[in-house]
Amino acid sequence: MAKGIMYIDGQRVPFDGEPNVLSVIRKAGIEMPTFCYYSDLSVYGACRMCVVEDERGKIETSCSMQPRDGLKIRTNTARLLKHRRMILELMLASHNCNCTTCEKSGDCHLQALAVQFGIHHVRFGDSREEKELDMSSPAVIRDPSKCILCGDCVRVCSENIGMHIIDFAHRGYNMRVMPAFDRTLDQTHCISCGQCSAVCPTGAITVKNQIGDAWRAIHDPSKRVVVQIAPAVRVAVGEAFGLAPGQNALDQLVSALKLMGVDEVYDTTFGADFTTIEEGTEFLQRLEKGGPFPMFTSCCPAWVKYLENENPKYLKHISTCKSPMQMFASILKDRYAEKDREDGRRTFHIAIMPCTAKKMEAARPEFLQPDGTPAVDLVLTTKEIIKMVQESGIQLTRLEYESPDLPFGLGSGAGAIYGATGGVAEAVVRFCLPDKSKNVLRELKFSPLRGDRSIRVAVIKVGERDVHLAIVHGLANAQKLLREIEAGNAYFDLVEVMTCQGGCVGGAGQPHGMKQDKEDRAEGLYVLDRSAPFKRAERNPVVGAFLKDYSQEHRHELLHVNYVKE
Amino acid sequence: MSNGISMERVEEIIDGYDCQVHHLIAIMQDIQAEYKYLSPAVLEHIARKLGIGVAKVYSVATFYENFSLEAKGKYIIKVCDGTACHVRKSQPIYNAIREYLELEGKQKTSADGLFTLETVACLGACGLAPVVTVNDQVHSKMSPELAIDLLESLRKEDAANA
Amino acid sequence: MPEMNRERLEVRRVKAKRALSYQKRQILLCAGTGCIAGGSLKLYDYFKEECARRGLDVYVGLTQENETEDVSEPKGDGVYLKKSGCHGFCEMGPLVQIEPEGILYTHVQLEDCDEIIEKTIMKGEVVDRLLYELDGVKYTKHTDIPFYHRQHRIVLENCGTIDAEDIDEYLAKDGYVAFEKALFEMTDEAICQEILDSGLRGRGGGGFPAGRKWDSVRKQPKGKKYVVCNGDEGDPGAFMDRSIMEGNPHSIIEGMLIAALGAGSDEGYIYVRAEYPLAVARLKTAIAKAQELNLLGDHILGTDFSFHLHVNRGAGAFVCGEGSALTASIEGNRGMPRVKPPRTVEHGLWAQPTVLNNVETFSAVPLIIRKGAPWFKSIGTEKSPGTKAFALTGNVVNTGLIEVPMGATLRQIIFDIGGGIKDGKKFKAVQIGGPSGGCLTEEHLDMPLDFDSLKKLGAMIGSGGLVVMDEDTCMVEVARFFMNFTQNESCGKCVPCREGTRRMLEILTRIVNNEGSLEDLDLLEELSATISETALCGLGQSACKPVQSTLKYFRDEYLAHVVDKHCPHCNGRKKVLQIDPELCKGCGKCMRQCPMEAITGQIRMPHIIDTEKCIKCGACWGCCPFGAIREE
Repeated sequence: MAKGIMYIDGQRVPFDGEPNVLSVIRKAGIEMPTFCYYSDLSVYGACRMCVVEDERGKIETSCSMQPRDGLKIRTNTARLLKHRRMILELMLASHNCNCTTCEKSGDCHLQALAVQFGIHHVRFGDSREEKELDMSSPAVIRDPSKCILCGDCVRVCSENIGMHIIDFAHRGYNMRVMPAFDRTLDQTHCISCGQCSAVCPTGAITVKNQIGDAWRAIHDPSKRVVVQIAPAVRVAVGEAFGLAPGQNALDQLVSALKLMGVDEVYDTTFGADFTTIEEGTEFLQRLEKGGPFPMFTSCCPAWVKYLENENPKYLKHISTCKSPMQMFASILKDRYAEKDREDGRRTFHIAIMPCTAKKMEAARPEFLQPDGTPAVDLVLTTKEIIKMVQESGIQLTRLEYESPDLPFGLGSGAGAIYGATGGVAEAVVRFCLPDKSKNVLRELKFSPLRGDRSIRVAVIKVGERDVHLAIVHGLANAQKLLREIEAGNAYFDLVEVMTCQGGCVGGAGQPHGMKQDKEDRAEGLYVLDRSAPFKRAERNPVVGAFLKDYSQEHRHELLHVNYVKE
Repeated sequence: MSNGISMERVEEIIDGYDCQVHHLIAIMQDIQAEYKYLSPAVLEHIARKLGIGVAKVYSVATFYENFSLEAKGKYIIKVCDGTACHVRKSQPIYNAIREYLELEGKQKTSADGLFTLETVACLGACGLAPVVTVNDQVHSKMSPELAIDLLESLRKEDAANA
Repeated sequence: MPEMNRERLEVRRVKAKRALSYQKRQILLCAGTGCIAGGSLKLYDYFKEECARRGLDVYVGLTQENETEDVSEPKGDGVYLKKSGCHGFCEMGPLVQIEPEGILYTHVQLEDCDEIIEKTIMKGEVVDRLLYELDGVKYTKHTDIPFYHRQHRIVLENCGTIDAEDIDEYLAKDGYVAFEKALFEMTDEAICQEILDSGLRGRGGGGFPAGRKWDSVRKQPKGKKYVVCNGDEGDPGAFMDRSIMEGNPHSIIEGMLIAALGAGSDEGYIYVRAEYPLAVARLKTAIAKAQELNLLGDHILGTDFSFHLHVNRGAGAFVCGEGSALTASIEGNRGMPRVKPPRTVEHGLWAQPTVLNNVETFSAVPLIIRKGAPWFKSIGTEKSPGTKAFALTGNVVNTGLIEVPMGATLRQIIFDIGGGIKDGKKFKAVQIGGPSGGCLTEEHLDMPLDFDSLKKLGAMIGSGGLVVMDEDTCMVEVARFFMNFTQNESCGKCVPCREGTRRMLEILTRIVNNEGSLEDLDLLEELSATISETALCGLGQSACKPVQSTLKYFRDEYLAHVVDKHCPHCNGRKKVLQIDPELCKGCGKCMRQCPMEAITGQIRMPHIIDTEKCIKCGACWGCCPFGAIREE
């Protein structure tokens, strides 16, 4: 990696391993504008906003420029500013500028830069034909009229997720981002991970907004609105209110929800503890019975959908456990059925998730109750709940702390780390290891179960047997791992797969964040684990009590699901 | 089968290129050379065989002007609109053919499925401008009248053969 | 066939030379795309049959039709019939050249063949009426025709004289001698040095020194390296690369082999435009023949050197002429350029170091290696040695393919070779380098054409298209035409090119239609500055050249459109448009097309244009299938 000194606008700036001049400029405290540069993806170099001028007056994009010792560049010459303004004007000319009613308003990069550059007048008209919205996906809405063709969604879908559902089609002025044959997303193999919406700088792809449904339920006196909050939500929701990524805002969110009129607020870590126990038990049984291996985790609905759509032969390898959200919902609805009958109110269950695919999961036929309604009535993403809090005028950070309600508000430290890559595997390992001492926890902390490498492998002794574990995040990496397994180059007993990079903390329902933000959020969850009164799922007294009450059949019916199609 | 395209033949062509992704363009060219267009089923088949997303195949197919995703006529007429042909009035030829074939809007193929009309960037036969090609056979120094005559003779020829 | 090595190849070459020397009476049929379109292949078949019918011995090619025959023995006084590559004089095609006299017959039709056989072949007489005529003078020998006489053909030399499909003819003309020299007598470093010394600069556009490119690839760490030939000649009006690929394909293969030796590569690609099926076919034939003679493949001529060559067909995207778009296309992707660095020499095809040159560049390489760098340097100018092929089109008397030394002036090209402006009109401007070039005017007529002097003027040689425009041409319309082209061919990746060219086209269209404003001219300049300085690839950066140069040299014409709302040059717009009631069939097409609703009339009855409402846009004139709309 190159090291040296660069001169940015006359200022001496040392660089050490930065991949490009753009990162060095940003390190120097200059917020260089970009649309198509996304540090987690390949360099595309199409928006041309990050242009800089060298000593000879040559103009180049800084995202594609290599730092060089002694390199002298300027970032804000008259020419550069003029070009940037022109580029913005050109973008706005073919952009649907209905900002006030746009889902992305206030969070839109194009809008922000147009304000920053003071573009008040666009001298060109648009001549593109109008395109209809694609509302077919349960997770996202596509509005081609707002697309600026930066290609971030295309690259995240192919490079990180490995699905390649959308791509550029046609060329030149007619170029558009679309699925093959301009189909709607429901006609493709889209797995609803929503990462395209997470990287979209404008309102061209947004999370499907279901705030209206939430308000209707809350304001409906015949409904008992019961909320569960996923682990990853608490370490990101505060970002919209000035908290740093990773700071836990669960208790303030509980207060806010109560103020907004929600009846009961619970914690998904409670469901996660059930998942740990069920999945751990299943894994131990498979070790006894001899497979099938590898056993794949089932928490990530986008991953399950991927196997169904593209690799169904592995469906039988997937754990039969429902995801924590669905387990939680089954237990809740089971427990509240009687209550509903008694007071004549219907329990309306809202799950607040970091994830867009959860919207798709909640609607799966497997999770419909006998009366035809889904166990989770509504999934809201972190982004949506932030909007609801803001709409209510609530200053989240100024609220009193309030713990989630009991009995479903209690979870272990193992449940909290579900939100980070490696968390599920670690929780299951904690359960499976017969040694329940603190030493084990400390050892696990420094094992490859943690970290940010995209594929991590570990060998852990369970009883007499060496158990081969793999943790993978970013679905494209999981596909790579599957190819290795298929080719016989790798063997694993248990594989944890998270579709999004960083795990659920990096979900598409979370506020916009880069790699470092995701890592900070994950660290926030590990802090919660450390301060939790109990670190193992099986130590959760409420969970233990519930499980004791269930018959074997009932337990299976509530907590397991079969994705294999006959 | 889809619109007379034999999937076995498509498969054969792809196998001929060892299912290698970098031959995508050549594969599509070969298939189009036989069937004159690429149907959605064909593109999906290619994607499956090469192990890539169909969005990528569609993306490549729509980038290059030569690929047609619509069924084409028996005779493909291309009017050159390169510089030389343009200055020697190729546009009236194009318009005359359009009118003759009664094409409207984005329609490129005549209702009887006999002719498809396209324009093409310079064919490199500028000395012979304006140029029209019928199934890649070059007809030089055309005029609107000559072009219509040509089409009429093709139509007669086709009727005689039928 | 025994394994080919250097000695056996030399024997074959000597035999080929001897066979060639026995061929006294030759009929060369031009088989370039232009002449084939004119029916030259039918002429070929007719000559073959008719000569035989008349009892003449007809021989075809040196060896290819009868492998077992010993070609070193004279075949007698028969007629040798050949399909040659493009002669460059496409305007006059189909062309038939008769050797040994060097007579060139132009516009030859089937009915002329008998006379040629009777008079010229059998009696040695000249058919006067088929000769090229200029200013009342008839030229018998093609070398005397000013069009050829003033050229300096080295790269194109063999194009019109050898049978492109016969490797023996190429061998007989010292083909593959340079490759042998490079293979057996030179180190990789020496090869790169020789090319560097020759000063050969890339003929595809930018004029980057080829030797430096090769040497950069050579210096890259060992491993897979590629040699790629850019035959995606897309500039409208340019066809020199096509002529070389069709007429002398082996020179490209030889050039690429030498590049592979110099750079340390074992695999190459030739990327040919989709619109050139004949070039693809000829290249494929040439590659197959070269493989037969062990000039391509593994262990070439018994050495450790291997080189595999593939032909890729383009699929219709002008932008693929850009290096990184071309490699993306070979890889099976959308042909979208990528940001640089890293450069192609480090990170080219499949991210491997890659030598990428165009057809004309590779084709010059064997000559340089064979005749030496000093010979090459002696032609052309100091900084731009060698020759350059140009495709001369537009309002010039002799259109066609020409080759002149670098540093030749526009005056020499347009007036001496091109024969001046058509119909005795005045010269106005010449568009050089295709849609990404600029226009040059009267004041530049005596300026030497080379890479650097053009760059100074903001123009470029590009691939070498020269479109000559006479005094009647509206330069705003010309700028609009080129902008329409680049806008259509923009890949769409970067914002300035995708959005900017579109907006420029809209503004130019507005101006041409006399609806523009003075602000529009400023806007054009602003857009040009942003696009040329921030677009991602060379094609985008140069997209505004036609607009910039016409704004500079012909601002008055823009003003005529914008201020006077009347351009004296725009055909059809200065006059009144009327419908000829005799010709009008009352189809109503013009009525629908008219943007001003100036046309009225009943269906199947002659329509009328309201001259008050008419803005003379010409839309009706363009759409009338019956030619009923006239200027009065």
